[in-house]
Amino acid sequence: MKVAVLRFPGTNCEFDTQYAFEKLGHTTELVWHEDTALPSDIDLVVVPGGFSYGDYLRSGSIARFSPVMKAVTTYANDGGKVLGICNGFQILTEAGLLPGALKRNNNLHFISKHQNLCVINNDNAFLNKCNKGEVLNIPIAHADGNYYIDDAGLKEIEANGQILLRYSDEKGKSVVINGSVTSIAGVCNKAKNIFGLMPHPERALEAILGSEDGIRMLKGFEV
Amino acid sequence: MTAVVNVFLKDGVLDPQGKAAHHALDSLGFAGIEDVRIGKQIIIKLDTTDKAKAESEVKEMCETLLANTVIEDYTIEIN
Repeated sequence: MKVAVLRFPGTNCEFDTQYAFEKLGHTTELVWHEDTALPSDIDLVVVPGGFSYGDYLRSGSIARFSPVMKAVTTYANDGGKVLGICNGFQILTEAGLLPGALKRNNNLHFISKHQNLCVINNDNAFLNKCNKGEVLNIPIAHADGNYYIDDAGLKEIEANGQILLRYSDEKGKSVVINGSVTSIAGVCNKAKNIFGLMPHPERALEAILGSEDGIRMLKGFEV
Repeated sequence: MTAVVNVFLKDGVLDPQGKAAHHALDSLGFAGIEDVRIGKQIIIKLDTTDKAKAESEVKEMCETLLANTVIEDYTIEIN
């Protein structure tokens, strides 16, 4: 599989993301935000974590107008797979490629820790190798991870199986972490080819460092 | 002309910063505060003298970039 990893000014998870996919045996290519086209023959675009444009105005609000995002939007609309991690998730919601928005954590803190996540839906291109109700331990590190969607939108994404992950305890019971509506940690679009999540699977690759559940999750993205 | 844009979280969308400031004001002994909302103000200098044109341009700026209308409302004042 060939993975394109985007890079904006302020992105800081691009090398971790490359390392993760290369560890799984894939090839990766960094793509600069000013590029107007994606590399050919790619199977996945990753919008990695970081602080694109210093999080000025709103997290992700400026990056989403980068030239490369036009190419990503076209790629996604043609059915290409796109993954947004943390700041990448924020960029994808700002771009309107994913529903909802991410706002400041309710406790105003930057939360950085290992967190259990419950797999809510697996009938999509990303988590089909995980089981529904399975709990994954993957780190979170964000200040603006408080997922918001209005009641009508929530009903719609629930009905369509677009809620992929919720913050949970070790048994899969939802827990309040940052104020997210119904503890949502990750959602996909209606067509289920775009996935955004606040947790960092690329940081959970070695048991000795706390968890290798990230491998389990990222393997599901293989074609 | 100068456009003053105020962007706030929508009513019904919890404003964590406003809530923290509210709590701090309560702790300091300021009584009778019902609600505190924190937003941002964006001041834009425009070279036009046409108020209607300025208003419609700034509205487009708000809808495109300055506000995220999923969670935020905005007001525009042209001077």
